[in-house]
Amino acid sequence: MENSHIVTIEGLVKRYPVGKSYFTALNGISLTFDTGEFTGIVGPSGSGKTTLLNIIGSLDSPSEGSAEVLGKSIGFLSHKQAAQLRKKNMGFIFQTYNLLPVYTVFENVEFPLLLLKMNAHERKKAVLDALEWVGLIDKIKSKPAQLSGGECQRVAIARAMVKRPELVLADEPTANLDAVNSHNILHTMAKLNEDLKTTFIFATHDDKVIKYLKRKISLEDGKVVRDEHT
Amino acid sequence: MTAFKLAYRNLVGAGLRTWLNVFILSLVYVLIIWHNGLLDGWNRQAKRDMISWETGTGQYWQKNYDPYDPFTLNDSHGLIPAEVKDEIHKGLITPILISQASIYPEGRIQGALLKGIDPEQTILELPTAKLSIEMEEIPAIIGTVMAKNTKLKEGDYVTARWRDANGIFDAAEVRIVGIFKTFVPSVDAGQLWIPLERLQEMKQMPGEATIMVCGNNYSPETIEGWKFAGLDILLKEIEDMIAVKSKGGSILYIFLMLLAMLAVFDTQVLSIFRRQREIGTYMAMGMTRGQIVRLFTIEGAMHAILAAFLGALYGIPLLSLQALKGFKIPGDSGSYGLAIADTIYPVYSIGLIIVTIIIVLITTTIVSYLPARKIAKMNPTEAIRGKLQ
Repeated sequence: MENSHIVTIEGLVKRYPVGKSYFTALNGISLTFDTGEFTGIVGPSGSGKTTLLNIIGSLDSPSEGSAEVLGKSIGFLSHKQAAQLRKKNMGFIFQTYNLLPVYTVFENVEFPLLLLKMNAHERKKAVLDALEWVGLIDKIKSKPAQLSGGECQRVAIARAMVKRPELVLADEPTANLDAVNSHNILHTMAKLNEDLKTTFIFATHDDKVIKYLKRKISLEDGKVVRDEHT
Repeated sequence: MTAFKLAYRNLVGAGLRTWLNVFILSLVYVLIIWHNGLLDGWNRQAKRDMISWETGTGQYWQKNYDPYDPFTLNDSHGLIPAEVKDEIHKGLITPILISQASIYPEGRIQGALLKGIDPEQTILELPTAKLSIEMEEIPAIIGTVMAKNTKLKEGDYVTARWRDANGIFDAAEVRIVGIFKTFVPSVDAGQLWIPLERLQEMKQMPGEATIMVCGNNYSPETIEGWKFAGLDILLKEIEDMIAVKSKGGSILYIFLMLLAMLAVFDTQVLSIFRRQREIGTYMAMGMTRGQIVRLFTIEGAMHAILAAFLGALYGIPLLSLQALKGFKIPGDSGSYGLAIADTIYPVYSIGLIIVTIIIVLITTTIVSYLPARKIAKMNPTEAIRGKLQ
């Protein structure tokens, strides 16, 4: 399966209704992503990065064209099938961390495993492993409010990685972080990509992220304008 | 099970807001159980007192007797049937003759009922033994309500006037030989209990009675000229009254439940509004909308479960104390005109507790589900960003 396409996008168009007309967020995108990539979709605000990431993540569906992710055609998935795909195969990292505020660090990271109904012993081991990857083993009992932004994002990475997904989608993961924290986060993710061969797709316009990318897809006005491998 | 675990974590994590709702709901449990227990306790006490003071386990009524029509009293008397003489002798039945009369306490005329009863009877708790006294005047016992209304005291005399079987007026002095305290006003207010034989003589109705009260070990049979009234008839009035009280009480429950449900509903609406980003995150992590609706519904319903535990924590000692010490009826219970004791001892049945918990739980679940349905319409990409939808 190495170097096989994990995501295949053909002629993807996404339109949103705005009043009586439509706004075209993505306009005829065709791309493939291979297993183990560390790729960024870059571009200015409103270029369609997040929309493309949401469609790959089966959180949204195409208006036209096709997006096949892990062998599933996103446009034809029911809500339940899409949820199943995300639950088993995908991890998400958000700009605003989106940690569950009333849960501890341990519980936040444990959450995806609870959904997978993993037994308590395996769950604990997996959570501790994930927290070790991100260097937060000493914060397992802390709540998100007690952590810094960088620590919160590391918890989010651990949460995304704990179930060892095939695909991690990160939407502006460093936008709320300073340079040092951004570097740490990206270093962590790059190492996980190396060690676990997990595919990472970023949506970003942050230069600090771009330096780490192995492939950079530039979007402008919903179209791919460049696709560079570094 | 996962949903319950997550719901519990979310609920406990929400802190004070959760505990306020839980406390209000626990009050609902405790008050509903207390109020129903009080009515149950009253119901039992009233029935027990009525059986032991007035109705016995059933009554034979002379065929013309209608307890709700005093005008029938003149014609409601008949010879005590031969077939029950043996039972009367054994103390299984006691006959009572009832007559209308007028009495003149402190010179004022007042309507009253003269009730003749065997002084040796033991079926009713009336202290009729006090009537076993030889005196020229007519010995009578009265209840405390009658004593209060007529200002009669033990040892007082009062003139009684009645009509005999031939319609001739007669009068005699009655001497109060005892005053009894009862919680059954229908054997007290406006009544003088005198020896049966004296009343039979006064009324010129030898060997006659109006009703016959049955004791515990008597099995009723059909007797010609007499109709049998079982406890279903004799206690119907009190049962109907308690049913009305119970319905009145349910208005209190509805009001309490409305308050509690409003709090739960409000919490749910606020929760869904404030936790959109969290809902979006659940979706991103692979929860279906149905699962999230279920999670929020369980979260809401769990208020009722936690409230049951909290309610038990302070409710069990409080309600047990109340069951032990009883609930003092304010004022003079005798003046209420109801079979109500000075102190009611609430009775809390397992059925009452289970039904209350189930009703509160189901209502809370429905109230929690209604706002949670909104989640099913949420767009995950907007929810993740916490955008208003």
